Amino acid sequence: MEKILTGKPIVAGSAQGAALVSKEPISFWGGVCPRTGEIIDRRHELSRAIVTGRVFVFPKGRGSSTSSATLMESIASGVAPAAIINLKVDPILALGSIVSDELYHKAVPIVVLKEKDFFSIKENDHLTIEPDGTVKINTDQYPCSQ
Amino acid sequence: MSVKLSQTDEQMLNGQKGPAAQMAMRIMVRMADVVDAPEMMDVSQAHIDGCGLLSDTGLEFAETLVAKGAKVSIPTTLNMGPLDLQNWRQFGVSEDFAAKAIRQAKAYTDMGCIPTWTCAPYQSYLTPAFGRQIAWGESNAICYANSVLGARTNRYGDFIDICAAITGRVPKCGLHLKQNRKGQILLRLVDINPAVMQSNAFFAVLGHLTGSLSDDKIPVIEGLPMKASSDQLKAFCAAAASSGAIALFHAIGITPEANTLEEAFQGEQPQRTIDIHLSDLQKAASELSTAQEGINLDLVILGCPHFSFDEFRELTELIRAQTEAGQTLHPNVRFIVITSQTSYSLLQRSDFIDVLTDFGVEITLDTCMFHTPMVSKDTKVIMTNSGKCAYYAPGELAVQVAFANMAECVDSAVNGLVCQKEALWKKS
Repeated sequence: MEKILTGKPIVAGSAQGAALVSKEPISFWGGVCPRTGEIIDRRHELSRAIVTGRVFVFPKGRGSSTSSATLMESIASGVAPAAIINLKVDPILALGSIVSDELYHKAVPIVVLKEKDFFSIKENDHLTIEPDGTVKINTDQYPCSQ
Repeated sequence: MSVKLSQTDEQMLNGQKGPAAQMAMRIMVRMADVVDAPEMMDVSQAHIDGCGLLSDTGLEFAETLVAKGAKVSIPTTLNMGPLDLQNWRQFGVSEDFAAKAIRQAKAYTDMGCIPTWTCAPYQSYLTPAFGRQIAWGESNAICYANSVLGARTNRYGDFIDICAAITGRVPKCGLHLKQNRKGQILLRLVDINPAVMQSNAFFAVLGHLTGSLSDDKIPVIEGLPMKASSDQLKAFCAAAASSGAIALFHAIGITPEANTLEEAFQGEQPQRTIDIHLSDLQKAASELSTAQEGINLDLVILGCPHFSFDEFRELTELIRAQTEAGQTLHPNVRFIVITSQTSYSLLQRSDFIDVLTDFGVEITLDTCMFHTPMVSKDTKVIMTNSGKCAYYAPGELAVQVAFANMAECVDSAVNGLVCQKEALWKKS
């Protein structure tokens, strides 16, 4: 079964991957290792999970403006999430993705969803993100390659 | 793209002003869309934070801009960098780190930035005047510029800061606009003894508490002493912008947009009023220390944000008193003060410097312990009078930290043990 959500593209792009879902905000600086993609904030509910290649779904960014640099480093070293879905626009993460696009022609698409749609995404849902901010959820067919 | 652009903005975007301005403007315009700004606006000066942290991508970004011929178009100061450019060899920094840090410093000065290398730019050079539109990075400086000076800036972090400096343009939104600068919550100091308020530690503790109480709201503080000094407000800003995301606060009778409560709230009512008692301050103070009283001390760090001349004067008086009483720095304790070249050159015109260096104080310039690897791996317990340093040190430096006032830091450095005597630290 496929469900289609309409979001706002903050950094436009196409991506797909399995959802990694958190209810907690996260700071990429001090929260995600830009060399391994591991969540290193030991107080975070997703501590030790790997964000690489996943569609990382969390309500909002938090903390230091250095998170821009952390996201950009993780993109440059190939361990970034496939895409990010938030509830609230985080200019700091958007900046990291935009500057990476300018410098390396590689960006992480970022989409903001309305509350009802945001909370309808479940862990491991297979998500497809489109440049116009559309998020497709495929709940019954989960590719083994993920 | 929905943001309205001026003719000059269009020229930059089209590449008519060169490839660096084009890249910087493209980033600014994309960010304007992210924050839904209707148009761009001029800023008159910038302060760069992105020159501080050393990362391969950050260095590549700066060198890419230089290669494209980037020059700043407005007066632009630099926050502290990743290295004490003159004395780094004394602080155990590796050659490899230093080489990259020097490249990063060169990239930013090649773009025409002024080599101030300080996190207290408001005490150094080109201090912006009331009402000026500016683009500043560095959380404590943003808070100080908006609140104490009444200049107007949003939070411009790594990368976007230099783009603002190159283009001289920013998205018109947020704290650049008067209607977004009104107070939202009221914090009232209740029954706080004036003697407590004279302690420098008080301002850092109140800052820490304010940051943790305010969430994303603009706080208004009632009851602060009128004679609060620049250094005290600096300590407040640094702590408030660490425990919270405070970019602007008002203090009735002290900060320039808050002569009265009505002015601070722009005629509206506070969304919430919170009374602050001594017990709240004591609890906040205890949160800032992770080290127990009486434990062996390895290192004292002062100057976060960078030490001013007045702070050097205060430290010199404390140390002179110890020296005259026959006391010396404990052999197991290092004592580091971080400052700017500007304050240091004033210091060299006084007789303080001999008192400090004879005691064993090491002075480092242009950088700080979070950006340059100067705290040795075997350091376990540090002491500081900075709320910001106390907040970040346990995570960033993997040490235990004791927060105290400057006199207690000096006392503890003599005794080799953490000691905190002030009423602020007593459990309620």
